[in-house]
Amino acid sequence: MTERTKSVRLTPCPDGPILVRGADEVVDEDGVAHPVTRAVVALCRCDMSQRMPWCDGTHRAAARARINREAKQ
Amino acid sequence: MRVPMPRGPISTAVAEVLRGAVRDLPALDLPDPEDASGVLEDDDVQLALWMLHQLHYDDFDGGAAALEWDPALIALRRGLEDLLLADLRERTADVVEAARAEDGGPGLAERLFTMVDSFDGAGTSTLLQREATAEQFAEHLVHRSIYNLRETDPQVFAMPRLPGRAQVAMAELVYDEYGAGRPDRRHSLLFAEAMEACGLDPTPGAYVDVLPATTLVIVNVMHLFALRRDLVAASVGHYGAFEATSSAPSQRASNGAERLGLDQRVRDYFDEHVEADAVHEQLVFRDVCEAVVEADPDQEELVLLGAASCLVVEDAAAAPVVEAWQADRSSLLAPAAQEAS
Repeated sequence: MTERTKSVRLTPCPDGPILVRGADEVVDEDGVAHPVTRAVVALCRCDMSQRMPWCDGTHRAAARARINREAKQ
Repeated sequence: MRVPMPRGPISTAVAEVLRGAVRDLPALDLPDPEDASGVLEDDDVQLALWMLHQLHYDDFDGGAAALEWDPALIALRRGLEDLLLADLRERTADVVEAARAEDGGPGLAERLFTMVDSFDGAGTSTLLQREATAEQFAEHLVHRSIYNLRETDPQVFAMPRLPGRAQVAMAELVYDEYGAGRPDRRHSLLFAEAMEACGLDPTPGAYVDVLPATTLVIVNVMHLFALRRDLVAASVGHYGAFEATSSAPSQRASNGAERLGLDQRVRDYFDEHVEADAVHEQLVFRDVCEAVVEADPDQEELVLLGAASCLVVEDAAAAPVVEAWQADRSSLLAPAAQEAS
């Protein structure tokens, strides 16, 4: 482990989460700190995740519903 | 590893060589790749292919380590893989066509997500969540053990053949799959612990004799794409679709395990995959697949073929399981087949 301050990198995914690299923890809006346990984590941006603050893929439910609607037409 | 019970002339010939009963393969008549339809469901072909790929991991009881690179076995494997590839190309043609690039249209990652989302993909997970019995849940683990006890191992064979930027994202993902620095959090180990918690044998290959062709093909297609350099783009497309169809079904399986009151280790495995695979699907589609196509635009067709193959194979694997459960039958092959040995 290096003593150097590490940089945190944020990568927004179009219509998806923000990928976070280099963070030790994520503090949510209630002030609760969630430890980061993997090299890259995905933060929810759609507010529909059942595992806030982490993305659980739920944002794709809207896309699936739209595709199914279009397929039925 | 124990040599499985053969299911026809090809797997019989392979099994005989693997267990050291004979030195040379007999001459075998393989179907013409022009007429490969049904290979996906062909028990003889899929079992033979599964055994041949396993040589890269383990010896079979009685067989020699040198068989891994035995020219005759490699030649047979190549022939069987060509059949599987031909069947996959035919079955995925429409899906691949629908996902092709259009001028001014969405980028590759968006088209891949749309492809995945246009498949129903619920598979067995809706049943696991709502109504499966504990026995059926255990059957689900037995089916998935064909891959999950070696989770990510097949895809790692592809890593050295990827362009640099794609390797960086693969390394992040693989680090996660192998426990992110914690040996007790390796995904393959979490799955083995979930199996043990359900009274199942977590030895790789322990259940191969009761797994139908449509389950064996899940891992055969991974090895087909990852072990052949000319198909490496299909391997990453497949991997992306696999990860992108994991979060929601894992959540449903976790809910099912809770409903059934199964051991916490079972929920732990599936819970880990809800969060991890929501990250991995982004990494593979955006950072791996896009980097592969950026390095060589001609590879896009193969990325789409790989992703579509994953979806078609997962549907083929789920269909007979759902059918069996709805008829209150076991989805595993009858143990009688083993007693014939």
